Amino acid sequence: MRLEAIENPTLARSLGLPVLALVATFMVGGFLAMLAGANPLLTFGLIVKGAVGSKFALLETLNRATPLIFTGLAVAVAFRAKLWNIGAEAQLYAGALVTILIGTKLALPGPLLIPLMGIGAMIAGGVVLLGPVLLKTRLGVDEVVTTLLFNFIMLLLISMLLEGPLKDPMGMGWPKSEAIPRNARLPRLVEGLRLHWGFGIAILSAVVVWVVQTRTTLGYEIRAVGLNAEAARFAGIPVGAVMVKTALLSGGLAALAGYSEVAGLKGNLTLDLSPGFGYTGIVVAMLALLNPLGVIVSAIFVAGIFVGADGMSRAAEVPTYIADILLACALLFMVLAILLTKFRVRKG
Amino acid sequence: MSEIVDILISASFWAAVLRIASPLIFATMGELICERAGVLNLGIEGIMVIGAFAGWIAVYAGLPLWGGVAVAMLSGMFFGLIHAVLTVPFGLSQHVVGIGITLLATSSAYYAYRLSLPEVSSPPRIEPFQPIDIPGLSDLPFVGPALFSQTPLTYFAFFTVLVVALVLYRTPLGLALRAVGENPSAVEAQGLSVTALRMGAVIVGSGLMAVGGAFLTISAFSSFFFEMVNGRGWICIALVVFGAWSPSRALLGALLFAAFDALQVRLQQTSYGTLVPYQVFLMIPYILSILALILMSRRANVPAALMTPYNRGER
Repeated sequence: MRLEAIENPTLARSLGLPVLALVATFMVGGFLAMLAGANPLLTFGLIVKGAVGSKFALLETLNRATPLIFTGLAVAVAFRAKLWNIGAEAQLYAGALVTILIGTKLALPGPLLIPLMGIGAMIAGGVVLLGPVLLKTRLGVDEVVTTLLFNFIMLLLISMLLEGPLKDPMGMGWPKSEAIPRNARLPRLVEGLRLHWGFGIAILSAVVVWVVQTRTTLGYEIRAVGLNAEAARFAGIPVGAVMVKTALLSGGLAALAGYSEVAGLKGNLTLDLSPGFGYTGIVVAMLALLNPLGVIVSAIFVAGIFVGADGMSRAAEVPTYIADILLACALLFMVLAILLTKFRVRKG
Repeated sequence: MSEIVDILISASFWAAVLRIASPLIFATMGELICERAGVLNLGIEGIMVIGAFAGWIAVYAGLPLWGGVAVAMLSGMFFGLIHAVLTVPFGLSQHVVGIGITLLATSSAYYAYRLSLPEVSSPPRIEPFQPIDIPGLSDLPFVGPALFSQTPLTYFAFFTVLVVALVLYRTPLGLALRAVGENPSAVEAQGLSVTALRMGAVIVGSGLMAVGGAFLTISAFSSFFFEMVNGRGWICIALVVFGAWSPSRALLGALLFAAFDALQVRLQQTSYGTLVPYQVFLMIPYILSILALILMSRRANVPAALMTPYNRGER
């Protein structure tokens, strides 16, 4: 077989295939539910109910979507420049760490701490990604492996700090940090509802990234480098500098996920702050076709599946890991569907 | 320092080096085959997880140990097939698909684990491979207990390197495989199918990765734990680069790496262990992998067509 480019794909093709990818994903899900001895439709019903069935469930989904918007944006920005940042997990923890350091060690008024922690977190996240990116641009070391390996190093570093200098003396022996003061927490978005300003900042970030990508020179340069780095260099675009800026932006966004989880939700730092938000960000970004505004939608969708699966598994005998399989399938089916909107399969 | 010397001259240390190296050798050879054919396989981490699970559950269900190895290999080949279809004929991003395969294989293993053992709080144990003394050689002083009293899978790992090297450099198939990673159009011009060669390499390579995973459950630990692969797959990708895509040098890299890993575990028990937090020791493997990548970055002879999909009729 070979692939043949389609000049003008029809609307039915451009829209139908991605929808088909989602249908295929849920067919796999249905099969998995049947393997567990459950009724597929009932299982999906329970997932939907668990995700959006009540005000509490919906707010829980939005809360879970918040870090995913940040890590999804981080991945979307980087992948657009063909910078394969698989290390959003490490950058998230770097952001969380600096948030805790500033929040617990600096005796400043809360209103001052809130922005300071955010800025500090972004710098930390950017710096963490800068290492692998400089290794890539200067020495040609593949960033996929280095960013992946950094995830493990960062988690061990956090573990070391939580059992050492950052350990909460009142923590009953658990490896967790002291909490940041109450007045340095991100306030509720709406009084009385369990949804914090981290969600607002996430939406705002998505809009800012969209503006940067579509309305600025940097956005143009990032796209040019991603499409063809050699051609971009030939056209006089400083490829190395664009990569560094992309890295700072991407790492900073991932770090905001850690900032928002600590300052908005948890208050302190533990080793289970992120159940893989950094890796899930890759799925979020790909489902959004790397579009920053699309990231908001896909993050809420992905968060809904996770929250819904939690609720579902309490009622039905289907393990929660069905959510992870669904997302992996969605990712693979979606990249294939997107390809087939632009190419036709020919025999021979 | 004397503590380090004491460790290095003990036979049990070198026996541990071979044991720790074994899963890495399988998976590194698997990745090497894929990359020599021009396909990066980031599914490696997840494929090791599914191999570890599939091999273990098969033995738990009553299959003999070698049956478990075969089941693990088949499970890896299945996910390798998905990776191959998406990246070779469809030419999708090898990065994105690879990460997707890792997520899919890992979550499939966890899902299947929960389904097959819903009630247990800790995973049941199986009777793993036992060390086999090589007659004559295992009686040698020092060398015997260090090298010739290993489980069959460890011997098999070294045998695999030999086979991979022989096939790659001494057979027409190996020549075609190497060529397909360097200059696919030339291979096509010879009347061979680039698609078939690359897909075959990815499927076989993925089978080997899964055997590497299975080593952990049916030769080393006798049980399946979540997160037991713990980045070993990513380390193997670094080892392929470190070995400059050559089987013998990759083997050397795996042994060197295992030696450092065995050393850090033992150093934790010494006076160094009380001075330095244990997390620092656990970081060493990952830091070494990054250092290895940096060290080799200037000289590595990357297969020219690595990560470049081939679409017939283009150009």
